[in-house]
Amino acid sequence: MANDEILLDVKGLKTQFALEEGTVRAVDGVDFTVKRGKTLCVVGESGCGKSVTARAILGIVPSPGKVVDGQMLFYKEDENGSVRPIDLATLRPNGQEIRSIRGAEISMVFQEPMTSFSPVYKIGHQIREPILIHQQVSKAEAREIAIDMLRRCGLPRPERVFDQYPWELSGGMRQRAMIARALVCRPSLLIADEPTTALDVTTETQILELMKELQDELGMAILFITHDLGVVAEVAEEVIVMYLGKVVERADVISLFYEAKHPYTQALLRSIPTISKERRHRLDTIEGMVPDPYNVPSGCPFHPRCPAFMPGICDVIEPPIYALEKGHLARCHLYNEELVGNVMDEPASS
Amino acid sequence: MARYIVQRLLYAIPTLIMISLVSFAIIELPPGDYLSSYIAKLEQQGSRVSQSELEALQQRYGLNQPVYVRYWKWISNFVRGDMGMSFEWNRPVKDLVMERIGLTALISLLSTLFIWAVALPIGIYSATHQYSLSDYLFTFIGFLGVGIPDFLLALVILWWAWSTFGVNLGGLYGPEFIGEPWTWPKVMEVVKRIWVPMVIIGTAGTAGMIRTMRANLLDELPQPYVESARASGLSETETVLKYPVRIALSPFVSTVGWMLPGLISGTTIVAIVLSLPTTGPLLLKALLSQDMYLAASFIMLLSILTVIGTLVSDILLVLVDPRIRFDDVQAG
Amino acid sequence: MSLLSRPAGNKKVPIPVPEEKLKEGTPKEQVFVASQWQLMWWRFRKHHLAILGTSLIAVFYLLAIFCEFLSPYDPNAFERRYTFVPPQAIHFFHEGVWEGPFIYGLERARDPETYLITYQPDTEVRYPVEFFVQGDSYKMWGLLESSRHLFGLSSDVNARGLRIYLLGTDRLGRDMFSRVLYGARISLSIGLIGVFLSFVIGIFMGGISGYFGGMPDLIIQRIIEFLRSIPTIPLWMGLSAALPRDWSSLQRYFAIVLLLSLIGWTGLARVVRGRFLAVREEDYVTAALLQNASEARIILRHMLPSFFSYIIASLTLAIPGMILGETSLSFLGLGLRPPIISWGVLLQEAQNLQTVALAPWLLIPAIFVVIAILSFNFMGDGLRDAADPYKR
Repeated sequence: MANDEILLDVKGLKTQFALEEGTVRAVDGVDFTVKRGKTLCVVGESGCGKSVTARAILGIVPSPGKVVDGQMLFYKEDENGSVRPIDLATLRPNGQEIRSIRGAEISMVFQEPMTSFSPVYKIGHQIREPILIHQQVSKAEAREIAIDMLRRCGLPRPERVFDQYPWELSGGMRQRAMIARALVCRPSLLIADEPTTALDVTTETQILELMKELQDELGMAILFITHDLGVVAEVAEEVIVMYLGKVVERADVISLFYEAKHPYTQALLRSIPTISKERRHRLDTIEGMVPDPYNVPSGCPFHPRCPAFMPGICDVIEPPIYALEKGHLARCHLYNEELVGNVMDEPASS
Repeated sequence: MARYIVQRLLYAIPTLIMISLVSFAIIELPPGDYLSSYIAKLEQQGSRVSQSELEALQQRYGLNQPVYVRYWKWISNFVRGDMGMSFEWNRPVKDLVMERIGLTALISLLSTLFIWAVALPIGIYSATHQYSLSDYLFTFIGFLGVGIPDFLLALVILWWAWSTFGVNLGGLYGPEFIGEPWTWPKVMEVVKRIWVPMVIIGTAGTAGMIRTMRANLLDELPQPYVESARASGLSETETVLKYPVRIALSPFVSTVGWMLPGLISGTTIVAIVLSLPTTGPLLLKALLSQDMYLAASFIMLLSILTVIGTLVSDILLVLVDPRIRFDDVQAG
Repeated sequence: MSLLSRPAGNKKVPIPVPEEKLKEGTPKEQVFVASQWQLMWWRFRKHHLAILGTSLIAVFYLLAIFCEFLSPYDPNAFERRYTFVPPQAIHFFHEGVWEGPFIYGLERARDPETYLITYQPDTEVRYPVEFFVQGDSYKMWGLLESSRHLFGLSSDVNARGLRIYLLGTDRLGRDMFSRVLYGARISLSIGLIGVFLSFVIGIFMGGISGYFGGMPDLIIQRIIEFLRSIPTIPLWMGLSAALPRDWSSLQRYFAIVLLLSLIGWTGLARVVRGRFLAVREEDYVTAALLQNASEARIILRHMLPSFFSYIIASLTLAIPGMILGETSLSFLGLGLRPPIISWGVLLQEAQNLQTVALAPWLLIPAIFVVIAILSFNFMGDGLRDAADPYKR
């Protein structure tokens, strides 16, 4: 790939929470790249570190969490079109520099449309806010920009919505307004943290459609965080799968669904309900629970739940990333020919 | 909005009526009527009361009429500003009350401002620095402030100032100003001394308010809207002050309404300890000498003062929190 | 399942078990049938200040219950020669030699300038402090006659008119220590009785308000709003000043308690009402209704137990208000009057700045008031946090 396609290059990102009970390595050496105008999905169960990764990019990891290691190169395009990388990991949280990026270059849509707006200010006030922070415009101009964005986000009668309070809108409308707030400064990267989880299925589809339309229209890249593989299939171009703070698999969306390599991904795919003629077909679940984050299992963290567990290997050696065909990456000993040759002949297939 | 205010005003009316009933009961309750103690008092001083005078007094207070007539007479006179006579002072109650109610209101108001000015920043600091050393310190001071009754605090501070500096912190002005008109030196003297009652009365309220503000803000800080504000590029200070603090303020404002009765109570009893020229000491004196018209008028006016204060805080609450306006429109 | 345990059908969430509980060998299954009280206790004991407060309250009530025995003297006995004696220290060593507990004698002198009497310890004379001594006779709880006291000076020293004054004496030469203990009995019992009365009124009014709603609710809410919007101290002052003067101490005592609780029930009523309204919507109440349970059964068996812990917590938090009310009123001379002894009555002696400057130990009852109030606040705080074991 050509280098100017890359918008965000995350390398070895580590984020830790120092708690009384011990240190939680919420994000433990994550690498990925987001390309301009494309959608990267981050998939994983709750607690796998996907939301913390998103917050690390914006420098808003909630206390006592801290980015302790890694690089997050953001290729910012300035006025005359030249691209300059900024390492977001080195910026002071709450410093001037990261704040000039937040809401302007990178913005975020959150999971809770109900509570992501303050109930005491009007919608318009809160959507106009990032414009007033980042651009030298008058309040009236900002209002025009905000209303235009509300309209693009498919809100009927945006002038009216501008003067309404958040609690006067429905959940779907509110999430549209939330997206408008995130896009109002035309960011080059939109981080969407489970934006449709709290919505019903019909509204979910509409919001996903809207995001795709806006991406075509405004050309921003999307980092889409979800636990729902159905949503992944709809929006993603590339997918990374996270488990306990680590990326276990990376692939384009087609190969992920058809040729998942990591046993965890395979298990996730099996747990999607399908319509089958067979009655009394039990839904597959992944055995066990996500381990306690204070005591991450040794070796491969997934080994206690893994159907292809190889004793003496998986619980001892931490697997490295193996590059497979077509840029497909998987972090699993099954792809080490030397090791596997001794234990079993062929990897678990889906 | 206007509708809400009108509604609150209407709610205040039954409260005021009940207050007047209780105040009247305080006049009526002591055994023997007001007049006989008045006559006893006069006779003690050696003056005789003639039959015609007696009848005139009976007429005035409606003593030989049923209770409801007496109540009606009293309340209608009260509303017109005639609060009866104080036999202890032999002056119209209205003059005595008016001399003092102003200072009482002033001290209560100053204490409220003091409480706000101190509790708000400390509460915000405590919440944003939860479990820091200063947070523990403020929490501890808060507990002490709630636990120590203000009149005992006043007593201890008075004793401490007297025994270490030989200064009497009581009163609002020196003896040379008693009964003097409000001249510039007298005002300055009051300004110099008024902080003592202000701080003492404010302490308990401040402690409670710090705890309220801290708890409210701790509830609000983890809310998603704070994060989304932060994500749109606001600085940390702006984020905290504009979003969570603004919401944490509404329960804070509504506690002001509940705080007021306590404040007026505190003012009354602290004023007695500090011998301030406010309603407290005079009310106590009136009660001890069964000068019931004076006492009842004080209680009535102090209660009205509280009702007005509560009303103001209710209206303030609506200004801070638009959700209430909305609920009201929905309900009404 | 006992009456007070959590009704079945309520949301059952796995409860994190304190580790030591498991180590003690409690079978794991017991965790899931732990009664509401066990859960409360587990949470409560994590609150160190609450434990401290509760222990102090226990000590205070023990002092109050056994005050006749624990106090060395009759609280009303006075000694003309020993007025305003400062607190005496108990010593154990005399010139570096262990002597057991003793006090030094008192040297009385008149200040030549102010003509005030001052007292100095007289290190020449030592009087040992003895235990279980004979002294003023009393009737324990008005029943058991005795003259034995926990500690004091030996009877021959007593006979010479010498006394031990741990907290000094007042203007009549009465022992402050004995008076504070007797005062604890009155002040602390007012808290309990007052809260009990408030509880009865509050639960009745709050229950009607919360269960039936509608018109009764509206009226009761108006009354509560009214009572909460008037300043309590002036109102208490007015009402207690209106009590007949010729009433006996006992009548006065009960009248004051009644006044305190007549104004103080509103907080409890609000809690009860709020809980009733919340619980009424719970599924298990609907379930009970569908099973044709009677109204009384639903209230007593299903609704009350679920918020009993809240009520206990608010009761505890209401006690300091009662104690403070009595103290304030008595301090002003409008509450209890001598010969009844309460902390407020004792503090009345300290009203005058000159007296306090002369005898600061007259403020000691205030320390007891503050400790009692703080302890109840800590305990109530802990109970309130523990009342909802499912929270967080």
